[in-house]
Amino acid sequence: MDNILQEIGIENYIYLSTLLFCVGIFGVLYRRNAIVMFMSIEIMLNAVNLLLVAFSTYHQDAAGQVFVFFSMAVAAAEVAVGLAILVAVYRNLNNIDIDNLKNLKG
Amino acid sequence: METNLALLLLLAPFAGFLLNIFIGKKLSRTLAGTLGTVAVGVSFAVTVYFFLQVLNTHQPIMINLFEWMQLANFKVDFGFQLDQLSLLWLMFVTGIGTLIHIYSISYMHDDENMHKFFAYLNLFIFFMITLVMGSNLLIMFIGWEGVGLCSYLLIGFWYKNQDYNDAAKKAFIMNRIGDLGFLIGIFIIGYLFHSLDYTTIRTMLDNGWTPDATLLSIAALCLFIGACGKSAQLPLYTWLPDAMAGPTPVSALIHAATMVTAGIFMITRMNFLFSPTNAELAAAMGIITDVIAIVGAVTALVAACIGLVQNDIKKVLAYSTVSQLGLMFLALGLGAYEIAVFHVITHAFFKACLFLGSGSVIHALHGEQDMRNMGGLKKVMKVTFITFLISTLAISGLPPFSGFFSKDEILMVAFHENKVLWVIASLASIMTAFYMFRLLYLTFFKDFRGTEEQKHHLHESPALITFPLIVLAILALVGGVLNMPGSNWLNHYLAPVIATPAEHHELDYNAYALMGVAVIGALIGIGIAYAKYIKQSAVPPQDDEISGVHKLLYNKFYVDEFYTAIIVKPIYAIGSFFKNVTEVAFSGFIFGLGRVTTMLGTEGKTLQNGSIGFYLFAFVLGVCSIIVYIFLAK
Repeated sequence: MDNILQEIGIENYIYLSTLLFCVGIFGVLYRRNAIVMFMSIEIMLNAVNLLLVAFSTYHQDAAGQVFVFFSMAVAAAEVAVGLAILVAVYRNLNNIDIDNLKNLKG
Repeated sequence: METNLALLLLLAPFAGFLLNIFIGKKLSRTLAGTLGTVAVGVSFAVTVYFFLQVLNTHQPIMINLFEWMQLANFKVDFGFQLDQLSLLWLMFVTGIGTLIHIYSISYMHDDENMHKFFAYLNLFIFFMITLVMGSNLLIMFIGWEGVGLCSYLLIGFWYKNQDYNDAAKKAFIMNRIGDLGFLIGIFIIGYLFHSLDYTTIRTMLDNGWTPDATLLSIAALCLFIGACGKSAQLPLYTWLPDAMAGPTPVSALIHAATMVTAGIFMITRMNFLFSPTNAELAAAMGIITDVIAIVGAVTALVAACIGLVQNDIKKVLAYSTVSQLGLMFLALGLGAYEIAVFHVITHAFFKACLFLGSGSVIHALHGEQDMRNMGGLKKVMKVTFITFLISTLAISGLPPFSGFFSKDEILMVAFHENKVLWVIASLASIMTAFYMFRLLYLTFFKDFRGTEEQKHHLHESPALITFPLIVLAILALVGGVLNMPGSNWLNHYLAPVIATPAEHHELDYNAYALMGVAVIGALIGIGIAYAKYIKQSAVPPQDDEISGVHKLLYNKFYVDEFYTAIIVKPIYAIGSFFKNVTEVAFSGFIFGLGRVTTMLGTEGKTLQNGSIGFYLFAFVLGVCSIIVYIFLAK
């Protein structure tokens, strides 16, 4: 573990996860397909997970990795719910373009 | 037994009030009137019973119903005190009250709200009895406020006329000014004595207990201000002439015979405070009593001057009432309480008779009150004329009528105490004789000056109206025997309630000379009136032909205009300032807040447009702003 960090350096992990997170953000903002937006959200989530793991190693503290497991488990559950909603939306509208979902307007 | 009877005396008029106000509309008018009359008649009967009892036993009847309030060492009982003074007052309040109720049955018979009229009259009698019967100042205050309320209700009885409403409000507000003084006086007395009970305070003072003299004189002055408001003395008298807007029986009962004498009753009741036996206090009180005497004398003169030129028959009588009340206050200020009471009683007789007589005239002329349109009524209205003549002679102070004795005693006291006050009071009496005979000549002599139609309808009033007139005229004729010089029955009768009796003046050469002067003065007044209105057949000029001093007097020295300019107008100005500036500013601010919120909401709701992309964008923008704020702004 120490070697990996020594060889690559903690800052590169931070850059990578920042990059991934930004990719996720732009994905969410620009794409209109709900599935793609979902995937972008997962990218953001994984960017954060990656950062957690990197810092966990850097600090020699396993607690960070434990958190990652929790967050992955919660993310899996959330994806299940989210996909179920999308399926329902698709059955109603025959597409999942978020611009067509204006019925949520209050 | 006594408690029950006293409660009957008090509550009979109240029962009459309740019956008339709630079911009076369903009763016939005569029945409603009879009910009200019987209610007061019961009170009168009980009063007579008590009066005779106290006359025999000389023991005041004290009734303590219950303890009203107890605060530390300050205690007020709800009790009644039926002693010589209060019973005397009750006698003429309920007695004249009954007569005026009888009169009203006929006088108000054409009024659709007759039951309401009798309800108010009964309520008035109830409060007047409370005022007189109470054993302490606080109960008197209940009655004091109550009669003010009834006066307001009855002045504005014909509420559809805006002028009458204004007169009612004026009376109420003027009285409030005096009431505030009265209330402050009560507070100070409660502070000094820890009691408001008449007998307790009197015992404390008699036993040589000396409160702070300055505070006590302030209290006395405050009580006097209260009396000024209720009894229409300078500078608070202007409401009484306007109060003539009420039906004539009201003017007779409330604004001549009973309520306006409440101030005199209160000061007589508290005479042990105004003229204490303690020499040290007496010196401090001397200033206050001087003020009372001067205010009384000046009021008597000013009101008499105004009365000289008024043309409204009731206004003349109203100013004459103010003037006579001034004489009573003069007597009070000079320490002659018995004599003030004597004049109150004789005045109640002849002034009630005069007012009811004027009511009878107005009734015959279908509402005409301007004396320029009267005249010659002597021939058609014989009973009214004779009773009116007797009362006029009485108020002018001619022997052997009652007014002569009471007024002469006041003048005699004034002569002995202070010559200036005597001259002022004598002038007022001469003027009284003049304007009363002017009234008599203009109304009853010469030819009728009204319209042909009125002349055709002229008639003597029915028996229900003339009966009270006859009774009152007889009383005005013989009322003087109450305190005839020589017997002085009233002085002896009132001795127990008066702490320091007035100096007794022997019936010597001086006294007869003074009487002679007074009678000659009255005859001069009558003579001038005779020369002007009978010999020259003068009729007062129309309003636009008046000039000079006459105009000044006719417009009542412009006192009303003066008050309007210095009090009413500024208050209206302040009011309109608050309405137009302050209120606008405040509501602008409050409504402005509301408008801003509404505007923000209207604009803000477009943000929630249902587009998920936009939400996400805003979300990211928000997170970025927070991050920038946390990490970069520091």
